[in-house]
Amino acid sequence: MKQLKFFIKKEFYHILRDKRSLLILLGLPVVQLLLFGFAITTEVRNAKIVVFDNSKDNVTQQIISKIQNNKYFLIDKTIYNQSQIEEVFKEGKIRLAIIFPNNFQNDLLHNNKAQIQIIADATDPNQATTLTNYVASIVNDFQQELNQQSKIILNIKTEYRMLYNPQLKGAYSSVPGVMGMILLLISAMMTSISIVKEKETGTMEILLVSPMKPWFVVVSKVIPYFVISIINVATIILLSVFVLGMPIKGSLLLLSFSTLLYIFCALSLGILISTVADTQQAAMIISIIGLMLPVVMLSGYAFPIANMPNILQWISNIVPAKWYIIIVKSVMLKGLGFEDIFDEIIILTVMTILFLIISIKRFKVRL
Amino acid sequence: MSTIEINNIQKKYITKSNTITALDNVSFTVDQSEIFGLIGPDGSGKSTLFRILSTVLLPDSGEAKILNYDVVRNFKEIRKIIGYMPGKFSLYQDLSVEENLNFFATIFETSIEENYELISDIYKQIEPFKNRRAGKLSGGMKQKLALSCALIHNPKILLLDEPTTGVDPVSRKEFWEILNKLKLNGITIVVSTPYMDEANLCDRIALIQNGKILDIDFPKKITEKFNKDIFSITSDNMYLLLNDLRKFKDTISCFAFGDSHHLVLEKNKIELIQLEKFLSHHKNLSIKKIKPTIEDCFMQMLQNKN
Amino acid sequence: MIKSSENIVISVNELTKKFGDFTAVNRISFEVKESEIFGFLGANGAGKTTAIKMLIGILKPTSGKANIAGFDIYTETENVKKNIGYMSQKFSLYEDLTISENINFFGGIYGLSDDEIKNKSEELLTKLKFNEIKNNLVSSLPLGWKQKLAFSLAIFHSPKIVFLDEPTSGVDPITRRQFWDLIYEATNNGITVFVTTHYMDEAEYCNRISIMVDGEIEALDSPINLKDKFKLNSIDDIFYLLARKSKRKE
Repeated sequence: MKQLKFFIKKEFYHILRDKRSLLILLGLPVVQLLLFGFAITTEVRNAKIVVFDNSKDNVTQQIISKIQNNKYFLIDKTIYNQSQIEEVFKEGKIRLAIIFPNNFQNDLLHNNKAQIQIIADATDPNQATTLTNYVASIVNDFQQELNQQSKIILNIKTEYRMLYNPQLKGAYSSVPGVMGMILLLISAMMTSISIVKEKETGTMEILLVSPMKPWFVVVSKVIPYFVISIINVATIILLSVFVLGMPIKGSLLLLSFSTLLYIFCALSLGILISTVADTQQAAMIISIIGLMLPVVMLSGYAFPIANMPNILQWISNIVPAKWYIIIVKSVMLKGLGFEDIFDEIIILTVMTILFLIISIKRFKVRL
Repeated sequence: MSTIEINNIQKKYITKSNTITALDNVSFTVDQSEIFGLIGPDGSGKSTLFRILSTVLLPDSGEAKILNYDVVRNFKEIRKIIGYMPGKFSLYQDLSVEENLNFFATIFETSIEENYELISDIYKQIEPFKNRRAGKLSGGMKQKLALSCALIHNPKILLLDEPTTGVDPVSRKEFWEILNKLKLNGITIVVSTPYMDEANLCDRIALIQNGKILDIDFPKKITEKFNKDIFSITSDNMYLLLNDLRKFKDTISCFAFGDSHHLVLEKNKIELIQLEKFLSHHKNLSIKKIKPTIEDCFMQMLQNKN
Repeated sequence: MIKSSENIVISVNELTKKFGDFTAVNRISFEVKESEIFGFLGANGAGKTTAIKMLIGILKPTSGKANIAGFDIYTETENVKKNIGYMSQKFSLYEDLTISENINFFGGIYGLSDDEIKNKSEELLTKLKFNEIKNNLVSSLPLGWKQKLAFSLAIFHSPKIVFLDEPTSGVDPITRRQFWDLIYEATNNGITVFVTTHYMDEAEYCNRISIMVDGEIEALDSPINLKDKFKLNSIDDIFYLLARKSKRKE
């Protein structure tokens, strides 16, 4: 046991003495989170829009006033004539137009159905989507209010339904992604690099020759990064809640438990990489190409999985981060419980065990 | 029983383009309290042999035993009785001298205090810098620290793979003095080196090239076996002299050897006077018949092989 | 040995490099003449590597002057680099390229024309007897052959001076001597050779040697003169005598 203790101490020396790397390890999550939360935002504020109300009834007035009171939109009241639409779009005066057809209230109350037309300037497709989503969600809110008052279900048809993130805050979608990426990066990449480093400097030969059990080497390498990962998780959650104002709707305990599981999964991946790579460079390349790229591209963090070709959707299933991001979204944003993320937890557990078994099989007592 | 017995060890590395025979039927024995030198250039198979002896690499065929323990079957026992310093071993650069030593003591289930006697001679020289990071030590100091680390668990056998490579001559001399003291304490040492002049510091040596042992013997015996005449020749123009000597009809080989050239000729074939005549156009010519060095012998063996 | 003309190609005056309060190189001064083989000796940590880095223009000195092939190492580093060749023990060649590819690459980065590269590379392959294996990967060559090729490439662009940092470390004794044959040949073609080594017999092959101790040059002369001066039989003994005085025990 004394051996293990000293070995772990030595690993902490390595990490604590490399101040620059330590700063990156601890600072990276903060920077990433704040960047995604604030700077790289898909939010649009004070977009100029125009509203053509052909119905001019009670309901449309209510909706318009809701839109008007929203900080995202500025209604341009100088444009009255619907035939001007194309012209003002061309001039770039407005980003979006909302058109209420005749008899809106009538349709809604008597046919239980009404339609709003939203026209957006799609030269900037991201912004156009965001804006139409804003309108849709405002209308949706209003509809829910209406339905609470009346007994019949009234349906205003909008193309977008934005659940869970009504203000479409950028941070909400990026926090789970940042967590999935940072934990994998630190746990898997750093662990594999630090094990492979011993091979490179020739110290691994001595460790093998020593009476120390090989799994001591692995455990000692893993523990410091486990600790750093936990610090990072705490930082990310604290920042998300107190700086970005994100809620944790579900159980914090469940979130912590599944995060620990994900860290274990990433650490076992790191060990697996270290059994394959012989140089630090190789470990880094395997980590980046084999882990980082899939997390960014295939985990659903940057691009929606549903929009991918079938083959990529299939591949995305073997990316652990995908399942972890689902868990975080479910627990943090949707407030779901254990039974709802049971499948994801089982998948991550199986993956972890699998990685560990392969690593143990591959870990050699010789060179 | 010999301390180390090696029988017909064979090891090949197979790469995509070719097969490299790292060790080709290597056999020898090492006795207790002996300094056994493996002398050969880089790539001659020395490191492979060390790895097999230290049980971290498996031979393709053949057998090696250390104190009657088999390197393949009894690797756990062997790992307890050997101290191994790998060729590219570089310590933990970011740990201090003391931390490095402490670490290696701990993983070998001992402590600095317990075996201080063993390493005190060496460690005293580096102890003033015990708080310095290993990465900031000079080459000679690093080697002394590495040796201390290999010795800390009181091994019976030391396997040192090129401990003096890249180390300056002064530190090298000090290092060999240390090895001699260890030998007197009953430790058996197998050491490799690319420096031929270090061969004379070993009790017995094996000359190795391309995975083959060229000769195994006492250094003195190896030079005695040299069956040719060898002359040490100097003049004012050494470069011209070398070219002239190579043109001489009976020259077997001629190489620069520090401040003189060594000319190898068939035994008793040429009289000194004939040489002097051939080189009469050189100023300050000096020709001496000398005894060969290990390097002369090694070079002759290399040439015979080609 | 080779007659040296009186053209000074390296002139170093009071060159100093400090790292914080540690003086790695302390006011060294020397001159090297054209076609000379200058041996630059010193124990590990004596400051050799730092001095060489300054001379080849990759490390800025703290004070002092140095002129390499007529160019100032402070202001004309680009010209310095064009006129020197450098070969270190660590980096020499691209292992995953063939011999021909390495030759073409090094010819290319020194700006030789395609014709020049073609002619010179044929000449080189013939000289080293590499014609039949020119398409082999460098990684498949024995160390000694690699070192010979590395040296040939370091002087491929016909530099005025070539700096060799422990070029023969770990090489077998015959190849080591063949390597020195190449060095002699280069100096015959007017190239100046600045070389460091841990083999003391190789120090004897130099026209002049300097021995550095604790950042300063403690001895500088031809091997014969040094042996006379110190009344010792070999450079090895002189080196031992001087280096033992080192107070820089780190």
